[in-house]
Amino acid sequence: MDKNLYRRRILMNRIGITLSMLAMCLGLFVMLWILAVLFNNGFQALDFNMFFKSTPAPGTEGGGLANAIVGSLLMVGFATLVSTPIGILAGIYLAEYGDTSKTAEITRFMTDIMLSAPSIVLGLFVYAILVAQVKHFSGWAGTIALSLIAIPVVLRTTENMLRLVPGSLREAAFALGAPRWKVATMVTLRAAKSGVVTGLLLALARISGETAPLLFTALNNQFFSMNMNEPMSNLPVVIFQFALSPYDNWIRLAWGGALLITLAVLVLNILARVYFREKVSS
Amino acid sequence: MTETQQQAPKTAIQIRNLNFYYGKFQGLKNINLEIVEHKVTAFIGPSGCGKSTLLRTLNRMYSLYPGQKADGEINFYGQNILDSKQDLNLLRARIGMVFQKPTPFPMSIYDNIAFGVRLYESLPKGEMDERVEWALTKTALWNEVKDKLNQSGLALSGGQQQRLCIARSVAVKPAVILLDEPTSALDPISTAKVEELVHELKSEYTVAIVTHNMQQAARVSDFTAYMYLGEMMEYGKTDQIIIKPKKKETEDYITGRFG
Repeated sequence: MDKNLYRRRILMNRIGITLSMLAMCLGLFVMLWILAVLFNNGFQALDFNMFFKSTPAPGTEGGGLANAIVGSLLMVGFATLVSTPIGILAGIYLAEYGDTSKTAEITRFMTDIMLSAPSIVLGLFVYAILVAQVKHFSGWAGTIALSLIAIPVVLRTTENMLRLVPGSLREAAFALGAPRWKVATMVTLRAAKSGVVTGLLLALARISGETAPLLFTALNNQFFSMNMNEPMSNLPVVIFQFALSPYDNWIRLAWGGALLITLAVLVLNILARVYFREKVSS
Repeated sequence: MTETQQQAPKTAIQIRNLNFYYGKFQGLKNINLEIVEHKVTAFIGPSGCGKSTLLRTLNRMYSLYPGQKADGEINFYGQNILDSKQDLNLLRARIGMVFQKPTPFPMSIYDNIAFGVRLYESLPKGEMDERVEWALTKTALWNEVKDKLNQSGLALSGGQQQRLCIARSVAVKPAVILLDEPTSALDPISTAKVEELVHELKSEYTVAIVTHNMQQAARVSDFTAYMYLGEMMEYGKTDQIIIKPKKKETEDYITGRFG
């Protein structure tokens, strides 16, 4: 046995572990720092008025985020309703029908581009084709922009999760004489259910924090409104505008809104993990 | 009546000049074979000899994969199933298949059985219940699962899962059941149960079974086909093949000198 070689290997091992631990600590430190600052400022800003009063006019005291919270819920909710069926159906097409066909490959390529496209570009796109045509910002335009971000996420996770289903399960269903759509919906989609739901939750978490696509589509609304045809208030844009303002109460509300979004995204992520783990273990 | 049947057993599937290709690679070479009705036919041979491939041509399973193709004739009660006009779903409802690894669907035990039945029959609840019980009884699983029909099929043991899969195939009442190494993932006790089952099944179904295990072929089958490198080396009554093979290659494989 070459003792030098062995010692060198142990040394390399120690260096490797130290470097990766350092990298982990750095990442964790930054994340905890962000969370600490956010929680510190955010919790000071939280009060009941935040949920019941709308955003204050410049120069007025108090106010809340009710209009922004409701606007965000509406747009994210509708975007989920739009992107879930489209994303899941397209994912089924890619995994179960298209496979290596030209259409499937083009779809896959476009999806990859959409996934990595800056969200501000998607916002500008909706601005150009919708907002500029009808000449006003609206909740629907915001919904469309958010859907464009969510669809590729849902699509890709659905496809990937369906691909993890063993081919033998698919063959077993075909072997009973089941037509392809039954195999896809009753057997493979069911087997991949937890993964697909996880993908949905992650897409939801992703779009609830998006600011850029809403700047050009839903814009903002100082008043409480549930009319999707009008400009609509939403948390990310309110945070963006208020954080840059000179008013103390606006800045306070921006911190509160940031905390709300972070908590919502955190809850969604935890839900996704718990759901996925439970399903996989059973 | 029975005498004439014994003299001239009916052919369920007749294979004529069958060639099979995985892309450019020829997996089966000029196979000729007759699978006799209500008998068990075993396919044996070393890994890669084409026995599973042959089984997968009989229900056109290979048609799921572009690039795999077959030519020749496979006549299933006189009808050539390699015909491009053949309805594959109907064919697979008539020729069932059970795979090497148990593949219960992610649904309840009851729905696992009912899934296939619902595809081609719309039975009222009562009759469906009877059908499920009948199929599970047939596969000797009823007593083990009758109190947990609503539980997931995935919660069963490996041996039970495999019998569930056989029950699922039996439930749609096919004419032929194809078994692709059904016991290779099972323990000896489960294997014995499945073998017993194969014995039971042949009174009503025609069975074709692929197996790695020579003893298993000897125990369960009436006819045996020995395959090697995509060719049918020898085919005949199991007793003959096991005790007195005509060809040297078959004898070498059976006696364990090779394979």
